[in-house]
Amino acid sequence: MTKPIVVRFLLARVAVVAATSLLVAGTCFAEEAAGLQESGARVTNIASLQSGARTFFNYCSGCHSLKYMRYSRIAQDLQLSDDEVLKNFAPAGAKAGDLVVSSMPSRPAVGDQPAQGADAWFGKEPPDLSLEVRAKGADWVYTYLKSFYVDPSRPVGWNNTVFANASMPFPLWELQGVQTPVYAPAKPGEDAAVEKLVLSTPGKLTPAQYDDTVRDLTAFLEYSSEPAALQRHSIGVWVIFYLAFFTLLAYLLKHEYWKDVH
Amino acid sequence: MATTPVRIQPKNRVLAWIEERLPILSFLSSHTSEYYAPKNFNFWYYFGSLALLILVNQIVTGIFLTMFYKPGADTAFASVEYIMRDVDWGWLIRYMHEVGASMFFIVVYLHMFRGLMYGSYKKPRELVWILGMLIFLALMAEAFMGYVLPWGNMSFWGAKVIISLFGAVPWIGDALVQWIMGDYNPADATLNRFFSLHVIALPLVLLLLVVLHLAALHEVGSNNPDGVEIKKGPKGSRFGADKPADGIPFHPYYTVKDLFGVGFFLIICAFIIFFEPTVGGWFLEKDNFIPANALVTPADIKPVWYFTPFYAVVRMIPAKLPGVIVMFLSIAVLFLVPWLDRGHVKSVRYRGLGYKIGLALFALSFLMLGAVGAGLTTEYIPVFFGAAANLTAIENFFGRFWLFIYFACFLALWAYTYFGWEKTKPVPERVTTHD
Repeated sequence: MTKPIVVRFLLARVAVVAATSLLVAGTCFAEEAAGLQESGARVTNIASLQSGARTFFNYCSGCHSLKYMRYSRIAQDLQLSDDEVLKNFAPAGAKAGDLVVSSMPSRPAVGDQPAQGADAWFGKEPPDLSLEVRAKGADWVYTYLKSFYVDPSRPVGWNNTVFANASMPFPLWELQGVQTPVYAPAKPGEDAAVEKLVLSTPGKLTPAQYDDTVRDLTAFLEYSSEPAALQRHSIGVWVIFYLAFFTLLAYLLKHEYWKDVH
Repeated sequence: MATTPVRIQPKNRVLAWIEERLPILSFLSSHTSEYYAPKNFNFWYYFGSLALLILVNQIVTGIFLTMFYKPGADTAFASVEYIMRDVDWGWLIRYMHEVGASMFFIVVYLHMFRGLMYGSYKKPRELVWILGMLIFLALMAEAFMGYVLPWGNMSFWGAKVIISLFGAVPWIGDALVQWIMGDYNPADATLNRFFSLHVIALPLVLLLLVVLHLAALHEVGSNNPDGVEIKKGPKGSRFGADKPADGIPFHPYYTVKDLFGVGFFLIICAFIIFFEPTVGGWFLEKDNFIPANALVTPADIKPVWYFTPFYAVVRMIPAKLPGVIVMFLSIAVLFLVPWLDRGHVKSVRYRGLGYKIGLALFALSFLMLGAVGAGLTTEYIPVFFGAAANLTAIENFFGRFWLFIYFACFLALWAYTYFGWEKTKPVPERVTTHD
């Protein structure tokens, strides 16, 4: 009599695990919006993060801050020394514990005072990128950085198919080259939509190299969105091993205690 | 099984001295090793102790979060990121709190479903049910205010939408909304008062209600999957001649069993905390990683998953005031279940087919309304019906159909039992199996 009950008991648990995993797996992958390319960014790949950091500090940090990140934390997590990070990434005089702020001046118009700095040049302050990947998703950032095209009608000369009429100029053009749009025939009453982008002037990098560069940059921004992700993954495995062992002991203990319940 | 007053007489002189003046050991004993619970609890009986575990988790992690969190429209968002990055283990504490909130609702919903399934709301446990419903209400308020605290954009807009529901109250609506917010929009004043309510006022209410819920439960005794009162059954077991034959002491039998349940539950929690803490936007929404901005409305404002069934109710009713009233009724009707159900058989095992179908439909309607509230219907209707389909019409039909089913279940429950249409099976004299 006891055996079938134990078996049924275990089967019920297996069913619960299976259901829960399906639920979790389903939700993990349910969020990708249509039309985005898969970034392939891996936050656990330190070499990729280092490469992404190099691109970020060469091309992005002039305008964009990472105001919740510290140079010392980047050094620690990317397996670099404080000196290496300060020398290569930080402005002169920065200390290891400083936050990664942008040097671009920015002030919106107040009363009679006109807007200054970035607010005058781009219409708004370039957003802080600390949480960009958590807010938009890695695939969005990856695809966005591959979707700039020349558009003389825009104030800065660039437009983007992922984020239409973005106010951002395209600083990576010398790497990717220049893309020009091919328009689909316009429907009556509507503006012509961009059908695809063509690389009209090649950049320093081949398309495959550029994809890797943007993937690494996305990985670095994903890391910046949640530096704890590195710790989460490495600790989590052990926590679950421990809990599984604990649960087994608890089950055996329960089994022992319940022997005399009929 | 009602608690029996036991008198512990410790041999240790210090403990004996205390016990004569404050019978704390006697109290603990009468609620654990001298509390007799039916021996046939099944899987569904883990969720009460798990809810208690999560309550403790929320309080302990909440205490540590409060040490570093800075309420205030200018400081809240940055202080949460400070916790996530600069505070040692801050990310773990924050994720435990955040995942704990969602797990609390999963566990509470399953606990409530158990109560409906085995008739745990029926005489003499009506007050246990009512107190449980009050806990549920307090928990919803607690969770809503907690979600506002990180001051992300969904915190802001969620707060704005939910508080504006009070604007539906005739005559005083607008004044009421401003009174709640302390401003014309959710703002610094709102954030600070929600912080106060979230960290002290509502937790005190919750703790008091939990104590009363347990006190009422221990007075009347636990129900079980057979819906048989062990108190009325035969007496006498190896625990004592006057003890119920089908009861076993809560401690150690159910403490070790719940320990196993806790271990299993924590594996699931750890998996989420360490490998998927946002659960793809279900536990933490993407828009909440953007700081609150009164000028930028998120593409679709929706509450966290546990509020989506009730949010769907407001969405499916075309006018604001009726929508709010129906939403209120959808919760209020649960309070009335002990009196709507006139049947005398407790457990679904021995109830009529109608009750089984009704219960299944009720659970399904809750899930389907949740899907509507979460925007899943908006996403999948074009997939199933083609892009040209009239999204609003199909969604409204779908949502209103399940809303009708939701209320019809309660009405049918009353009619089914009041007019004696239910064909029940004979209830056994004693509890049947245990696992």
